[in-house]
Amino acid sequence: MLYREAGQFKTSYAADQALLPIVQDRWFLAVLLAIAYLVVPFVADEYWLQAVLIPFLVFSMAALGLNLLTGYAGQVSLGTGGFMAVGAYATYKMATTFPDLNILVIFLLAGLIAAAVGLIFGIPSLRIKGFYLAVATLAAQFFLGWMFNKIGWFYNDNPSGTITAPPRLVMDFMVTGPRATAEVRYIVALVLVTVFALAAKNLVRGRIGRAWMAVRDRDIAAEIIGIRPFQTKLLAFAISSFYCGLAGAMSLFLWLGSAETEAWDINVSFQVLFMVIIGGLGSILGSFLGAAFITLVPIFLTNAPQMFGVNMATDLQKHLEVMIFGGLIVYFLIVEPNGFARLWQITKEKLRRWPFPY
Amino acid sequence: MQVLYAFLVGPFVQMGQAPVFFAEVVINGLLTGVMYSLVALGFVLIYKASGTFNFAQGVMVLFAALTLVGLMEHGVPVWLALILTVAVMVVLAFAIERLMLRPLINQEQIILFMATIGLTFFLEGFGELLWGSNVKRLDIGVPDRSFEVGGMLLNQFDLFAAAIGAALVAGLAVFFQKTPIGRALRAVADDHQAALSVGIPLKTIWVVVWSVAGIVAMVAGIMWGAKSGVQFSLSLIALKALPVLILGGFTSVPGAIIGGLIIGVGEKVAEVYWGPLVGGAIENWFAYVLALVFLLFRPQGLFGERIIERV
Repeated sequence: MLYREAGQFKTSYAADQALLPIVQDRWFLAVLLAIAYLVVPFVADEYWLQAVLIPFLVFSMAALGLNLLTGYAGQVSLGTGGFMAVGAYATYKMATTFPDLNILVIFLLAGLIAAAVGLIFGIPSLRIKGFYLAVATLAAQFFLGWMFNKIGWFYNDNPSGTITAPPRLVMDFMVTGPRATAEVRYIVALVLVTVFALAAKNLVRGRIGRAWMAVRDRDIAAEIIGIRPFQTKLLAFAISSFYCGLAGAMSLFLWLGSAETEAWDINVSFQVLFMVIIGGLGSILGSFLGAAFITLVPIFLTNAPQMFGVNMATDLQKHLEVMIFGGLIVYFLIVEPNGFARLWQITKEKLRRWPFPY
Repeated sequence: MQVLYAFLVGPFVQMGQAPVFFAEVVINGLLTGVMYSLVALGFVLIYKASGTFNFAQGVMVLFAALTLVGLMEHGVPVWLALILTVAVMVVLAFAIERLMLRPLINQEQIILFMATIGLTFFLEGFGELLWGSNVKRLDIGVPDRSFEVGGMLLNQFDLFAAAIGAALVAGLAVFFQKTPIGRALRAVADDHQAALSVGIPLKTIWVVVWSVAGIVAMVAGIMWGAKSGVQFSLSLIALKALPVLILGGFTSVPGAIIGGLIIGVGEKVAEVYWGPLVGGAIENWFAYVLALVFLLFRPQGLFGERIIERV
């Protein structure tokens, strides 16, 4: 009843190609965005913003990037953490070298640098496929982590080896640094994620996205119909790394404040891959659902015992947490291997005819 | 020019000047390589039989070692603890087949891969829940002593580990070539459908293969555990075994062994001769870069089955 598109006729090509062809979807998204922009910053407290919403946005960005590469172009990558580190270190280096440059411009430049690095590590993808490629991208992960740790130039020879976000203003608002409020950082992250999610959505339905999907489904067949696999794959690596680099810059400047290379280690790569797969390969919406799931579940598991009034030793709880997290992942893969995006589609089908049986 | 000399010529000059030391580095690399091979072997067995890239192999090593040490700490004699650990790994194989693999039949490889990462988390939590997360010592009665042969320092324990590894590989080879189950395993590895059609039960084979991989993991766990203590970081050797795998090919047992040796030697030699030039600690990524270079020339690994692509 609520979700029926009967009577919504498309009378022009523009309407037919709209991003959200169904009125209810448009309303839903509009309300969601309105809440995210206008309600959340005033309602949510520091803890919610810092521990839940900002990490969610950061990881959404990274998951978007990996989903473009793995979900749309079909190249499995375990180097996400490395590319995020590139973004973070590039932003840090540029922000400290050019203090007058607008920090948002620096974010984008850092994304471009990450894209260039991704391009280099994407070169093997022409010859190496599947899991061989996944393991090969681990080379990027370990090499980049090592490089940022060893070469002092990247962290301005800071004796502690950490990089810290310097305070920067955007339009009289303190955006980064220790005195930036969580609300402002949240809004900046939200703007970035909104813009780039929209860009991704448009990218994947255009020529580039279709070429990616053709390569994903069968690269030799794609080659025969005139898609250049090398350029297509490299472009996927570059754009994906741009998103990951941006996510890395956001994680340092808008979320963590200061960090070492360990903040972007192999576990981050796995986490983002989880998000993409649990959320749904080849789905923009899925990236967000997956990011929400993977960031929220550990927080929930940490707080659950207190909520239900159960007291247990911290290490016992920690082990249980890891165990349940692993179990949940296997469970969700078994229940719905196509991810939350597919579940959402099924729900939509159900909503369509509800409350009638058919 | 000087930089080029330092990277391209210097290390070789050093090798030539101290051939005994070079031989020592190589032999130590080979001995470490055997350990990598042991872990990689578990990966290959499972990949061949079920097409699953089992990321949980590393944590299975940890789990087996934890179980063994935990049992021994409770006063169980070594031989009984060994048997019990084998039993635990077999039960684990049954559980994995029943609860994880069977519902995921016919799914894409990446889904199975993710499921094994989930399994990694689960086993990690479960193992530490049962046996605690503090570092445990595993004493199997082989002294960790060094002795000299022709001017080279060799470690008795490493030699022992290499011998065990060789024995295990030989045992597996006999198992695969001579026993009916081994033949069935090879048939499944070749072609699932053909194997099914001549009456080989896939499910049983999977249990057997995961059990064998569990036992290989146990041996690897004992070796690594006795060397560096049984602790969480043990599961990270999975990350060391991955370059071995892509170097040797996912589907080749000899590949896993030779790949392990190449990585072991390459890593040690690079760390000793080239490491100081770039600030050290290159062991973490060197293996990957080495494997990557190999892959560029042979995308299926050294001994992997040739990839034939059809539209």
